[in-house]
Amino acid sequence: MFFQQVINGLTLGCVYAIIALGYTMVYGILGLINFAHGEIYMLGAYLSIIFLGLFTVAGITSYSIVLSIFLSLLLAVIFCSAFGYTMEKTAYKPLRGSSRLSPLISAIGVSIFLQNFVMKTQGATDKVFPYKFHFASIDFLGVSLTSLQMLIICSSFLLMAGLYLFTKFSKTGRAMRATSQDALMASLVGINVDRVISVTFIIGAGLAAVAGMMIASYYGVINYYIGYIAGIKAFTAAVLGGIGSIPGAMIGGLALGLVESLGSAYISAEYKDAYAFGILIIILMIKPSGLLGRSSDQKV
Amino acid sequence: MNALFAAFRTNPMLKGAFTGFWTGILILPFAGPRTSFMVFLVVLFCVAVLAVYKKKSFSSSRCSIFSEKYRYLLSIISSDLRIKAFLYIITASAVLFPLMLTSYYLDIFIMAGIYMLLALGLNVIVGLTGQLHLGFAGSYAIGAYTYALLNTYFGLSFWLCLPVSALSASFAGILLSMPAIRLRGDYLAIVTLGFGEITRIVLNNWDSVTRGPNGISGIAAPSVAGISLSGLRRYYYLVMALVVLAVFITKRVEQSRTGRAWMAIREDEIAASSMGINTTKYKIYAFVFGSLWAGVAGQLFAAKMQFVSPESFTFIESVFILCMVILGGLGNTYGVLIGAFIIAILPEALRGIESYRMLIVGLGLVVMMIFRPQGIIGNMKKCRY
Repeated sequence: MFFQQVINGLTLGCVYAIIALGYTMVYGILGLINFAHGEIYMLGAYLSIIFLGLFTVAGITSYSIVLSIFLSLLLAVIFCSAFGYTMEKTAYKPLRGSSRLSPLISAIGVSIFLQNFVMKTQGATDKVFPYKFHFASIDFLGVSLTSLQMLIICSSFLLMAGLYLFTKFSKTGRAMRATSQDALMASLVGINVDRVISVTFIIGAGLAAVAGMMIASYYGVINYYIGYIAGIKAFTAAVLGGIGSIPGAMIGGLALGLVESLGSAYISAEYKDAYAFGILIIILMIKPSGLLGRSSDQKV
Repeated sequence: MNALFAAFRTNPMLKGAFTGFWTGILILPFAGPRTSFMVFLVVLFCVAVLAVYKKKSFSSSRCSIFSEKYRYLLSIISSDLRIKAFLYIITASAVLFPLMLTSYYLDIFIMAGIYMLLALGLNVIVGLTGQLHLGFAGSYAIGAYTYALLNTYFGLSFWLCLPVSALSASFAGILLSMPAIRLRGDYLAIVTLGFGEITRIVLNNWDSVTRGPNGISGIAAPSVAGISLSGLRRYYYLVMALVVLAVFITKRVEQSRTGRAWMAIREDEIAASSMGINTTKYKIYAFVFGSLWAGVAGQLFAAKMQFVSPESFTFIESVFILCMVILGGLGNTYGVLIGAFIIAILPEALRGIESYRMLIVGLGLVVMMIFRPQGIIGNMKKCRY
């Protein structure tokens, strides 16, 4: 029972961690809570289901299921990245340099808009993921690890490692780190800050799309309001690990997933959503810089 | 290549076509080809017209006649003396109008009054003190449930409960301000959001006391000297009297030492604290004083509906209250009243296109932040946010 909950929690935690990466990168560079990031994840989940449906109609699915899943994932990532890019250009870029309140409110506006756009076009009813990835499962002492859970955990670790290496060693990654340390200085040494910000939003949105497809296949049903609560939890994960730090987001996501699944198993399942907020408030009161974050003094 | 890019940026038709094409492609998987094409045409038209208009006004003169006129109108509205005159007219009409309104409009106006109280309270926290609060519906819910529980379980009267509701909401405000005084900006926003959500989740799940999602029904309407105020017209006057009282008190507090300290914290917290203002104390005051009105509004809501359920106090409700404050101009007490009125009657005004209402609200927030962050009658100099 305990180990089963641990595995379920790890799976969920991986998804939170991937969404949290998008939050943490944007926060690291712009100092902005991208409230609409959860909605991008929701769009990703919807897009994967829509494209899978299209491919089934087009006959690709009967040819090869793996190919159609891969293609729909790719298209979902591309579309979500485009959404992320457009969102940044229209709703955040004109507000750069204004007070901290304006972009946050603008982000809430984008979030409400996207949620209702999906509700309007796709309907308010649940959408069902057409396939069950249940090829095999490993059973050990009453603990079962399904193939889908394995796939989610492995691919998210690969993604996180990839992102870590990307920010560590690639040229764009170095530019991102430089911008997050000091945007003005970075622009002085010839880094195109606008481009770096766009790339950050594109990568974050792409990752959110992957997380969306994962959750759609894991739970099987999605709705237009999943983005809000998942976004808050992923943000909690990012803060828990220390916002702005990429390894922190991963650790925070996994920790939050574990707390949530163990908490709903042993304390009360009804308060599942309250745990994230409770943890968030406690962390912010005790150690606002998070587990791996550096605390920064405010300059005057 | 560069010439091509320049053409896309300057030629209105090309710019419109490109923006429309991009939007159409983005929404294609969701909306299908027909809607996407319509959106393409609409966006093309709007962007092209805007670009042409912008080019023209830019080449003829920096200040077009329109903006002059607009500024003149604004100066009429925002000058302090005129505001007073307006206020008298509005108060007079608020007293006289209900005598000829149907109950449908009275109902809307009562809700508008309750929202005015909420907006006044949030204005103290967000507008005057500059602390972003995204869980104001939590305080509202606490006020509503305090009255609902005290009235249905113990049969306490409206007037006895009113201070209790107000105080319990303010007490929640004190609890909330404990983490809040250590945090600033975005973190504070998230913690307050968490407060609102936790309140709702607890109300939703604490079945033995709050009856969970079913809500509490059979809440009594107030009465004065044995005369019941359950009629819409009487209730309207009760709400409006409380709004006037709230405006009077908040305006007084705003102009007091406390109010000036709040504004100093809003403008620059570090500078304020180095001028000897105890920022912790005044931030707690702001949360307590702001939440107080949420408690009053909550009780009025519960007594009007005679029913409360957690559904009425969602995050979107908090956002709506925030919208009222932003629309009216942060820190502008009279503006906030107008903002509350506009947002409260918006659902009725948009009845024909109700399903697009939230889309418009979302878009409106973004557009507002980009073009008029100071609100419709806000004053740029006074208010930095």
